[in-house]
Amino acid sequence: MKQLKDLQLGESLSEMELAPVERLDLIKYAGASGDFNPIHTIDAEAEKAGLPGIIAHGMWTMGNLAKLFTPYLSEGFIQDYSIRFRGMVFIGDVITLKAAVSEKQQEYTKFTVQAVNQQGKDVLKGDVVFSF
Amino acid sequence: MKGAETMLKESIGKRSEKVKNTIERGAVRKFAEAIGDPSPLFLDEQAGKESKYGRNIAPATFPVTFDAGSIPDLKLPSQGLIHGEQIYHYNRPLFVGEDIYCWMEVKDYYEKSGNFGDMGFLVITKYGEDAEGALLFTEERIVIINEAARKGMPV
Repeated sequence: MKQLKDLQLGESLSEMELAPVERLDLIKYAGASGDFNPIHTIDAEAEKAGLPGIIAHGMWTMGNLAKLFTPYLSEGFIQDYSIRFRGMVFIGDVITLKAAVSEKQQEYTKFTVQAVNQQGKDVLKGDVVFSF
Repeated sequence: MKGAETMLKESIGKRSEKVKNTIERGAVRKFAEAIGDPSPLFLDEQAGKESKYGRNIAPATFPVTFDAGSIPDLKLPSQGLIHGEQIYHYNRPLFVGEDIYCWMEVKDYYEKSGNFGDMGFLVITKYGEDAEGALLFTEERIVIINEAARKGMPV
């Protein structure tokens, strides 16, 4: 595995495709995060809120996206992590995580990060500044 | 009677009292597993000891679990809220076992008209400090409140 520090402008981390989203993933996240908003776990509540079905917590997907950087935490840490939530994630969706170098400095490397669904639509997009 | 807009605007600058949060090993394990990131750096004591940090660290989005108190007079609807943005800044990673003192503040509230009517944007920042009061991280959350939800708000 290449060191993060050696990645050049335009290069990317290996993409990661998640298993299709299951209700149990969201129940586990609700418990672990303390976010028990029922639109993430109970169909009837999601429908009451005008949704076609339960949707993933935005923070579940954001939490997953950060794991692209976990193998590199021996080199440094995530100093900045900013995300704009752009689309909903439903049960059965297949999410792919991506990160590409957008800026390279001595002390840090900046990445454009995104989570994309099976239709190729961004559900999350933002930036990570990885500090050395 | 004051409208929801006024209540939200008046909340700018209001903050909560500090709350002590201990980063518990079990909570980190549960969280790391829930985001599919069970790295030994988060979970395994030995791996933590051998790492550059000398101990285990918490995942970057773990601060969502912290209690930062509540902001006086800020009442949000339970429906009609959309999470718009989430922004973390760290001065260093957080360590498993340490105490973090958290509080939050309403940074801003503004409205924009769009395709779905007037949308309200509420910016809330959570701060995490060590026992000496040194800032360790900030977590900014932008919540979008639609018109219908604001109309139904208890003010």
